[in-house]
Amino acid sequence: MGKKTLIVLLMVAMAAVLYPLYESYQGSEQLTELGQYYADNGVQDTGAANLVTSVVVTYRGLDTLGEVTILFLAASVISFFLSFKKEDRKESREIRNITEILTTASQVLIPMIYMLGVYIFVNGHLTPGGGFQGGAVIASGTLLMFLSNPDFKLSHKVIHYVESTSGVVFVLIGVLGIFMAGGFLDNRILGLGEVNTLFSAGAIPVIYTFLGLKVGTELSNVLGIFVESQNEQ
Amino acid sequence: MDNFILTALASVLGIASIIGAYVAIHNSKLTVAIIATGIVSLVASVLFLLLAAPDVAMTEASIGSALTTAIFFFTLNKIRQ
Repeated sequence: MGKKTLIVLLMVAMAAVLYPLYESYQGSEQLTELGQYYADNGVQDTGAANLVTSVVVTYRGLDTLGEVTILFLAASVISFFLSFKKEDRKESREIRNITEILTTASQVLIPMIYMLGVYIFVNGHLTPGGGFQGGAVIASGTLLMFLSNPDFKLSHKVIHYVESTSGVVFVLIGVLGIFMAGGFLDNRILGLGEVNTLFSAGAIPVIYTFLGLKVGTELSNVLGIFVESQNEQ
Repeated sequence: MDNFILTALASVLGIASIIGAYVAIHNSKLTVAIIATGIVSLVASVLFLLLAAPDVAMTEASIGSALTTAIFFFTLNKIRQ
């Protein structure tokens, strides 16, 4: 029996296994009980106009902490395996000439990309997006910086301090919630304020700001390690 | 009518992403394959936007199509040395 026949047989078997799922699927018009609770009480409980944020940061805040930990582990593993000794560094990389278009456009675009990233995580409780999205946008700005300027180097010290401080502050705010409000990562340690204004939703903007800084520096650091490893022989 | 336009747009995007995925697997040039995976992510992010998930679309656009593509290119360059 050939390899191709085996693949086709496997696909048919997968389809047979998954078909009952498709057959029994009914789109439901109503939210589940939990979803209904979030939709009804989310705004009063957390003061966040963006319901997704109130679920991600407050109701399911522990899961977000887990996600941050996974990202941190991934970044640590990358920097562990791709790190190299400084004396081995040879600046022998041939760099292609960078076009005028890229350098000029990047001077206009990089500040705007960073501003967008900061806007996304500062307004995480009002508009779609939040710490992860804003951090990813900031990291793509750093990528443009690396592409348009081959001599650009990230300061590992700054990155290291910003990242560790943000992580510690995130956990500290969570622990404060145990003592000053209902539980771990409860956002009511600060006043809820008026819904739909920038200074509302308690600790959510603070948490998202530090989360955005942490994710942004972490992803930028990963990019920086990859760029530096290009010089290595 | 609105619904029809949305369905047509989603179908076109879905077909584009399938074509991109096919190119990514079967093209013999690795650079073309990397760009094709980036295109798949970009199309996916537009689809997420159509499905009313702008935050997921943002993540997909910046991580899936920008950072992942760049890291693939850095790795490819490293392997060629």
